[in-house]
Amino acid sequence: MTMRRTTGARWFVRRQMGFGFRPATWQGWVLTLVAVGAAVALVVVLRRSIAALIGVVAILVVYQGIAALLARGAGPAGRVVHPAVDGSARVDTTPATPAALATPQAFAAPPALAIPRASATPLAAPTPGPVAAAAPAPDGAPPGLGAAALVVDHLTKRFGERTAFEDVSFSIAPGEVFGFLGPNGAGKTTTVRTLGTLIAPTSGTAVVAGIPLTAENGTEIRQRISIMPENPGLYLRLTVIENLELFAGLYGLRHPGARIDRALEAVNLTERGHDACGSLSKGLRQRVGLARALLSDPAIMFLDEPTSGLDPVAAREVHDLINDLRQRGVTVFLTTHRLEEAERLCDRVAILNTRLRSVGSTDELRESLFSRSLVVEIATPLEAPGDVFTRTAGVDSWRSDVASGRADATAGYVLSVTDPRAAAPAVTRALVAAGADVLSIAESRHSLEDVYLELIDEDPEAARR
Amino acid sequence: MRLNGGRLAAIVRKEFRVLLRNRFIIGTMSVLPVVFLLTPMIEIFRLGADVPSSLVQRVAGSTFLLLLVVPVVVPAAIAAYSVVGEREQGTLEPLLTTPLRREELLLGKAIAAIVPSVGIAYLLFAIVDGCAQLFAADPAVASALVQSSQLVGELLFAPLLAGWSIWVGIAVSARASDVRVAQQLGTLASLPPLGVVALIDLQVLTPSVTLALAFALALLVADVVMWRIVAAMFDRERLLTGARAQRGPGGGDRDVSPGVVRRIPRI
Repeated sequence: MTMRRTTGARWFVRRQMGFGFRPATWQGWVLTLVAVGAAVALVVVLRRSIAALIGVVAILVVYQGIAALLARGAGPAGRVVHPAVDGSARVDTTPATPAALATPQAFAAPPALAIPRASATPLAAPTPGPVAAAAPAPDGAPPGLGAAALVVDHLTKRFGERTAFEDVSFSIAPGEVFGFLGPNGAGKTTTVRTLGTLIAPTSGTAVVAGIPLTAENGTEIRQRISIMPENPGLYLRLTVIENLELFAGLYGLRHPGARIDRALEAVNLTERGHDACGSLSKGLRQRVGLARALLSDPAIMFLDEPTSGLDPVAAREVHDLINDLRQRGVTVFLTTHRLEEAERLCDRVAILNTRLRSVGSTDELRESLFSRSLVVEIATPLEAPGDVFTRTAGVDSWRSDVASGRADATAGYVLSVTDPRAAAPAVTRALVAAGADVLSIAESRHSLEDVYLELIDEDPEAARR
Repeated sequence: MRLNGGRLAAIVRKEFRVLLRNRFIIGTMSVLPVVFLLTPMIEIFRLGADVPSSLVQRVAGSTFLLLLVVPVVVPAAIAAYSVVGEREQGTLEPLLTTPLRREELLLGKAIAAIVPSVGIAYLLFAIVDGCAQLFAADPAVASALVQSSQLVGELLFAPLLAGWSIWVGIAVSARASDVRVAQQLGTLASLPPLGVVALIDLQVLTPSVTLALAFALALLVADVVMWRIVAAMFDRERLLTGARAQRGPGGGDRDVSPGVVRRIPRI
């Protein structure tokens, strides 16, 4: 067992000659003095006793044991310097094996913290690791996907008889904001937990931040991602800063104070840093959760309902923050029920209902589900609308649009077209030729909500649920 | 297995901060030792100047036993709260999403519980011995309390008994779904090692340095074994979802045949 510290100097080092460890820092010397003091005290108290000898030996053994732990198993050789996510060099004292050197340490490191630009510290540029570069892009990959930030391939998770999600495949490009939508119980949170190495998949594979999803890689993957659960899970007796200090320590961040300040600044919580989390409103706690997720400068951020419980202004700030993250190259995996939020923020969305129902940009989903159409409003109903529309080039079919007809005797028609830009002038000319007074002509837009409902309603899984 | 000192220190620091902010825990940790201190003090001061040595030895033995109950009882509540408490307040999942290893989490929590417990135990021992040296009517009382076997016993047993109590408490906590149940079971399950000390007190076993060292060695082995057992029992998947982790192509902590998921009965 070796104790390993990613930051700071080692308290003890292995002796070059002889055996055992010697102090290397003042902390090590303090520990050594304590051990010597305890041994002397024991000898003084237990003069001429076998217990004194045994006690001194015990102290020596314990002291060397502690020294070995604090030396983190470092020998004279075997230092590997890895570029850390924060751009600083990180000394790893594990032996320099070829396998260790092949680990994609610097893959997809985001170019900067999600912090106000003025105070941003330049970080390491994204460097695709060998695994990521070789990772195949399955179905649902965005166009031009090079080294994907996240590749999920036929991933399935079952809890006994119950299937949480099944045969899920998609890819996310670095810097993409990816929306993950679905009804309650669709498997969204389980998917996030699986990709976050919290639970094991039943079958399928995934590559997260350039690292294959395996039990052995769990720590490495978690070092490169951050997950913000729907419930921020803060220690309510601790202050905001103390909560963040804990997580800065768990991620082994250098200069945690500066990181914490910038994370708090990013979520506009600088003034509340010394307040106990228990005294914060739900919305403010959510912001602390976001600050915590930003702290480690992750390659991928999994945000589960980040605007849940936030007022509109705070929600807008979170949206701005996510946009800022996108611009800085951080990949965001956004789980949300707020469809307008997904439509506004996400480059692409996936709709999950145990199985993946669809993946693509909202425009692509609209086009795949709904035919393109023009909505026409004229002053009075046409006497023979069929004659007008069936003879017009570009119009595939038509129907009366009752909803667009108003009480003041206007009439509406919905025309199914292949290319609205080409069909609209022809339709206008045909209407004018038929003597109609055209009030408006526009392409109809289906919202993401329409897409979502269409996909979920036709899903037999939803009917069973 | 490699432990990261920075992560370990972060957990220990957090645990200390949470403990110090909780008045209920501080109160319990302060009151219990005082209760344990009162009985031996009264016993010692009741002894006159000319009491039989057998009585002095009996009082010294029972005092020693009582002082060793302190490191067992004091950390039990903290240990029992450690995992199930994190689950109840919703802080476990955020912790598990970090690079923290389960061994680091558990060891950090154990260190944070053992330090105050052993500190209190040593302090009580020093107070009792000091008072006996200064105020006992019979000097034999003082020398009976400061025998080398008892001194070695206290120095070694206090951290080891506390360690046992803590690992048992954490093990129960990792399986329990309710803090109160965990605390009750944790306290009960931590008591068995005191049986040996009770046997010494009842003169069934003769106290000696050799016996103290042998018992300490046995406790040390038990502590290390318990740590490994508790670490193996700590299953991220089960703690988050209630189902034991299965071994698929990746993730998870444990090796279980693919497709086999067992519901783990909660305590």
